[in-house]
Amino acid sequence: MPFTNEDATIIDSIISRYPRKRSAIMPLLHFAQARDGYVTKESIETIAQKLDLETAEVTAVASFYTQYKREPVGEYHVGVCINTLCAVMGGDAIYEGLKEHLGIENNCTTKDGKVSLERIECNAACDYAPVVMTNWEFYDNQTVQSAKDLVDGMRNGNPPAPTRGPNKLPTWRENSAVLAGISDGRFGEGVSAGEPSLLGLKLSKEGK
Amino acid sequence: MSKLTPVLSAHWDQKDSFTFSGYKGNGGYKALEKALAMEPDAVIQSVKDSGLRGRGGAGFPTGMKWGFIPQGDNKEHYFVVNADESEPGTCKDTPLMMANPHVLIEGIIIGSYAIRANHAFIYIRGEVAHVIRRVQQAIEDAYKAGYLGKNILGKGFDLELVLHVGAGAYICGEETALLDSLEGFRGQPRLRPPFPAIAGLYARPTIVNNVETVASVPSIIENGPEWFAAIGTEKSKGYTLYSLSGHVNNPGQFEAPLGITLREILELAGGIRDGHKLKFWTPGGSSTPLFTDAHLDTPLDYEGVSAAGSMLGTKALQIFDETTCIVRAVLRWTEFYKHESCGKCTPCREGTWWLVQILKDLEHGKGTPEDLDKLLDLCDNIMGRSFCALADGAASPIISSIQYFKDEYLQHLATGGCPFDAEASTKFVTSNVGGVK
Repeated sequence: MPFTNEDATIIDSIISRYPRKRSAIMPLLHFAQARDGYVTKESIETIAQKLDLETAEVTAVASFYTQYKREPVGEYHVGVCINTLCAVMGGDAIYEGLKEHLGIENNCTTKDGKVSLERIECNAACDYAPVVMTNWEFYDNQTVQSAKDLVDGMRNGNPPAPTRGPNKLPTWRENSAVLAGISDGRFGEGVSAGEPSLLGLKLSKEGK
Repeated sequence: MSKLTPVLSAHWDQKDSFTFSGYKGNGGYKALEKALAMEPDAVIQSVKDSGLRGRGGAGFPTGMKWGFIPQGDNKEHYFVVNADESEPGTCKDTPLMMANPHVLIEGIIIGSYAIRANHAFIYIRGEVAHVIRRVQQAIEDAYKAGYLGKNILGKGFDLELVLHVGAGAYICGEETALLDSLEGFRGQPRLRPPFPAIAGLYARPTIVNNVETVASVPSIIENGPEWFAAIGTEKSKGYTLYSLSGHVNNPGQFEAPLGITLREILELAGGIRDGHKLKFWTPGGSSTPLFTDAHLDTPLDYEGVSAAGSMLGTKALQIFDETTCIVRAVLRWTEFYKHESCGKCTPCREGTWWLVQILKDLEHGKGTPEDLDKLLDLCDNIMGRSFCALADGAASPIISSIQYFKDEYLQHLATGGCPFDAEASTKFVTSNVGGVK
């Protein structure tokens, strides 16, 4: 898909955020994923041209960071935390359960293009373990069954809302735009904090 | 009187705690007005006097760091916030930014004013979309209110603040890798010196501070350094967020004076999950040497934890009970370090690969007791032999686990496999929700 004038305007506005334009490479790669779902060869060439870089220099960056995908992922990209704490608390069982339920391996996508699966590292929500992320939204305190229900909802077009996040789960491309710094206006949705985040505050109010 | 001291988390239970009006309603941005009426050097002095030390793991005195920025050098200065929270077990900055992004922004404006920076960045990890939404909105609202941009509060101070979203690389939490990443390169650590305070972002004097550190600054300016210094212990001043996770009845965030003990926090949290007992824990994330039940009364401040052989780190208290296999836990952390090694330094890149191979065999009961010596020998050749501390972090769980649980490693060899039932350590077993059985 060729880059449009509208794309060019967004690219220029991203570049203008920074004192030096090379710094814009990461948000531009996020924007590329918002546009196409993954980082295409065409995107690499466009970014290189805009930043006065060689395509190899852009590829070097794109291939270093795991969130940049070199081939399409699902409309819903499911990351199961398998770092030690989540793994022990049930993340390993959840990952195995989803793998079997979806019939796909790590970093693969279901044939209908709806769901992809990835083993991810610690996602800074350990007090909500085991944690599953979808399109980088939090699904806290998961079980094997709740995770299966979650992906079934995605395939039926009706995924449950994140535990701490917007009222409706955005698609991979929609959230890639958020990561590129393009607001979707949904910051006000969802809770301020989940229960574990508030535990100490609650206890202190009880004088404990 | 409560043992807890909610300051940063004081208003997280309000529905609008993350909004501009919510923050203002709770007295927000008053410290900024006070700071901008002070001389920049006086702000640095206040932070020095408070005794605030870095909350990202290293514990370096914040005011001293700010004082390292050369003044009158006719160069641009940069203020960069490390919001790339990724150390396994660490989960404090993420809820902080979700529930109260404005306290971070207020701290950034004060810090930038103090070090005479007109450009600031928040480098946030890319895997937290909703936190990114809230921080982005908070920045926009601060611009609208005249707290960012040109001539802030009519005081002639200009500041541009940009939210920069990472893309899934643990190493970018290391400050010089973060700066390379922010400049648009692969995130790989730089050799120091020069330190960022002399040559940081774009080779200009730069401060890199952790989220919680910066967010603590408004309370210091508002209440005075003496107020802050009166909390905590002799050399570890102030309050901080302790993050309790794992095999406990009630995991969560506990904001308390530095120096509280795990025993005290566990009492507040309703203890280890029922019917089980503490086996091992991390005081500050997976890169800090493991503790056992012998360390329940260790004061959780910089000196106390260090004297007991570990590091306060990020105060990520990951709790594991007796159902957890130490070899499985350490292998998984080691796989993490192998995966996240940036590949720049040979000891780390190659060493973590070999550590995983040996630990995998041990977990499956293969190998010999001499492999434990080989592990320690490898660790000895990895620690302190790389540009950054990732390699040291990789060695920590291995060395400390062999120190405390050597018999359990040997038991794997004796029985020809792992003697533990992984299902017994899951949350489902006790909560009876779902489950694998």
